[in-house]
Amino acid sequence: MLSLRPFAILLSALATMLASGLIAATAFAADLPTLVGSLTTGSFGDRETAITAMAASGEQRAAPILEALAAGQLYVRKSDNLVLIGKPDGNQLSLTEAISGKAAGSGTEADLDRVRVNNRLRGIIEAAIGSLTLMSPDPRVRRGAAEALFKRRDASSLAALDVALAAEKDPRIKQSMNEARAASVLASDAPAAQKIEAIALVRARADRDSLGVLQAVASSATDPEVKAAAAAGADAVRQTLAAWEVAQNIWYGISLGSVLLLAAIGLAITFGTMGVINMAHGEMVMLGAYTTFVVQEIIRTSAPHLFDVSLLIALPLAFVVAGGIGILIERGIIRFLYGRPLDTLLATWGLSLVLQQAVRSIFGSSNREVGAPSWMSGAFQVGQINVTYGRLWIVVFSMIVFVTLILVLRKTPLGLYMRAVTQNRPMASAMGIRTPRVDALTFGLGSGIAGLAGVALSQIDNVSPNLGQGYIIDSFMVVVFGGVGNLFGTLIGALTLGVVNKFLEPYAGAVLGKILVLVFIILFIQRRPRGLFALKGRSVE
Amino acid sequence: MITRFLLQGMDRNLRLFVLLVLAVGVTLPLLNQIVPPGSPFHVPAWLLQLIGKYLSFALLALAVDLVWGFCGILSLGHGAFFALGGYCMGMYLMRQIGSRGVYGNPLLPDFMVFLNYKELPWFWYGFDNFGFAMLMAILVPSLLAFALGWFAFRSRVTGVYLSIITQAMTFALMLAFFRNDMGLGGNNGMTDFKEILGFSVQADSTRAVLCFASAFMLALGLVVSAAIVGSRFGKALTAVRDAESRMRFLGYRVEGYKLFVFVFSAAMAGIAGALYVPQVGIINPSEFSPANSIEAVLWVAVGGRGTLIGPVIGAFIVNFGKTWLTGALPEFWLFALGALFIVVTLLLPKGVVGLWAQIKNRSLAKKARAPV
Repeated sequence: MLSLRPFAILLSALATMLASGLIAATAFAADLPTLVGSLTTGSFGDRETAITAMAASGEQRAAPILEALAAGQLYVRKSDNLVLIGKPDGNQLSLTEAISGKAAGSGTEADLDRVRVNNRLRGIIEAAIGSLTLMSPDPRVRRGAAEALFKRRDASSLAALDVALAAEKDPRIKQSMNEARAASVLASDAPAAQKIEAIALVRARADRDSLGVLQAVASSATDPEVKAAAAAGADAVRQTLAAWEVAQNIWYGISLGSVLLLAAIGLAITFGTMGVINMAHGEMVMLGAYTTFVVQEIIRTSAPHLFDVSLLIALPLAFVVAGGIGILIERGIIRFLYGRPLDTLLATWGLSLVLQQAVRSIFGSSNREVGAPSWMSGAFQVGQINVTYGRLWIVVFSMIVFVTLILVLRKTPLGLYMRAVTQNRPMASAMGIRTPRVDALTFGLGSGIAGLAGVALSQIDNVSPNLGQGYIIDSFMVVVFGGVGNLFGTLIGALTLGVVNKFLEPYAGAVLGKILVLVFIILFIQRRPRGLFALKGRSVE
Repeated sequence: MITRFLLQGMDRNLRLFVLLVLAVGVTLPLLNQIVPPGSPFHVPAWLLQLIGKYLSFALLALAVDLVWGFCGILSLGHGAFFALGGYCMGMYLMRQIGSRGVYGNPLLPDFMVFLNYKELPWFWYGFDNFGFAMLMAILVPSLLAFALGWFAFRSRVTGVYLSIITQAMTFALMLAFFRNDMGLGGNNGMTDFKEILGFSVQADSTRAVLCFASAFMLALGLVVSAAIVGSRFGKALTAVRDAESRMRFLGYRVEGYKLFVFVFSAAMAGIAGALYVPQVGIINPSEFSPANSIEAVLWVAVGGRGTLIGPVIGAFIVNFGKTWLTGALPEFWLFALGALFIVVTLLLPKGVVGLWAQIKNRSLAKKARAPV
């Protein structure tokens, strides 16, 4: 019996420890019910202390209760004095227990007593919620709370911000909180020196919200020094914002320009080398996009784990499909029409109608869904510019295509032949270059690149039989603007048109901007009929 | 003297053809009006409307042929001149609705009331007058053609470059007319017309008159075109088509020749558009779409470029095929249209009219080779 004593001591010690642990845990939890209890029963003064205590507890469960209280949705059930949150649901209220968050059926207002608040309490509740979220364990919630406080710029949140700032470890959130604090200081009746300091902090933030804060201060401040500092700050922010806007337009313009470049570059080759107007060029782009669609469909049904590389699989296939059809077109139609450019134009237009209708018959006329792989979705922020990964990849891709094409033209035998035929067809032929073969391969290359463009465009445009039509006129404009037979001209032409388009859009609207660009090119061609970078010498005629 | 000038350019075939067009334009409306319904000779109103539509298309085709077939300017924007003429007519017809619109506003057309216009935009003034509207249907396309041609021909924009420019022009106009704040009906265009010169546009008798008017204008267009083409001016025009640089070196001001024929052709297209709109009862921005213009070029190619009869025949063949196929096999129509483009350019560069001549020549050659 004696031998068991140590065990008993040990057990009792253990029990005590467990109990004390339990008590400690429940003490915290028990706090909330008591506070909630005094919230519903006490005087307005008692309620105020309870709310402040709840905020100070940092208890996350308190936030929804306070929100309900502020919204007038906190009730006490008459039958058992249980505190409930009631959300309107038709004529009834759907109830949840305030403290545990468990569902508690539904009820009507008749069975419940609403917990009343006055305006003074409402202000205190708002500040309490702010500080509760500021103390949240989730860094994103904390950051969001700081941003919300910055926008609200309310002197009453100062205290909560000070507490949160003292506890904050993350430097970026700390920065946000500091800015929120500065905005709150500006709304309070703090001394001028502090306000000017705060203005510097807000000014350094330099975005639309800080402009709003500074403008408000500049118009409402009584102290002339503060007023002047705020006005100067607002001007500086405005300038920064204008600079960002220019940068943003340039980025959008480059993004649009790279799309144009992709669509036009294949055309530049066929038009430049062979003088052939290929009206079915847009349909080659469309075929590339549909190849992507088919590849994704097959992957979706038979190998879903490959989805992320679907575009990489589609690229060579699109090149082969569009390029192969291009060679067929050249051999079947265009070679009979050399020297008759206007007839080529009509025949290829007819071909584009046939291809469109063929795709419509096979795939239907509705838009087809082409998904974005995970590495192409999402966005990131550079300063004030929102950059989506999809757009970024298209810019990169168009540059890769461009550089590759230049290398092909400069470094491979095919490129050599192509350049020779472009510059002087009879002489190239006399030197033993098989010009018909070069023509076919050139046409295939141009069409293949259009197919590659289709893969990229499937990510940003609707994949429908009409996809190509939207690009054909733009592509011609780019080629003609840049100068026929000159790839760098095409690059410059595409980027210029893209950027000009985006800069016109805010003033003239998207449609009118496009019209202005078209009119501009029409006038430009009148001045320089051979484009920006015209070929010189006899080959021109 | 004018009559002699007008008639000198016509050969026997063309004279017969003009008579045929006039005969169709007189007979069909008469058969509709005089012969009672139920008789096998009665021409129903829908057929009258269809033929009237084809006749206005034929006039457009003739306009395209004049610049392309005789002067070598492939315009891919003649649909724009056609549509502008149509819009002028549409504006007149809109003003005739008066207070009978859905909103009952005596001054503003329905779409303006809908878009909260307070007063009539300035460019709508005068369009309640038929004569003014018709003048505009000729002047507006002519002025646009003049501006474009003056710039383009002076800086020697030729060939495919010019084609692309004209296409861009009609594309830009399409985008512009699609805008609601253009004040011209936006993407819905104008429709729900009530009457023209006091006659209901729905009435059979009005349709008969419109059909006759289309045939008459087409005949007139043929006669005037023949006079132009047959004159010394016309010979120079053909020479510009075949050897522009040589004409320049010979001292001809090529720009002037091209500009004149381009503007004249645009005016003709404008008239065609003005005839087209009351017969179909609607005008909207899709008339500006580049595809329409290029289809008009196909009519010419099918019929035979460089002849005056060809475009009329081509417009009738292609549009009849379109009406029939879009009804019977709608899926197949674009295949047929596309194939037609390819076949005509590859195998029939002279069109149907040329084919006929080809067959005749071949049979002549056969006869010549036959042993005597």
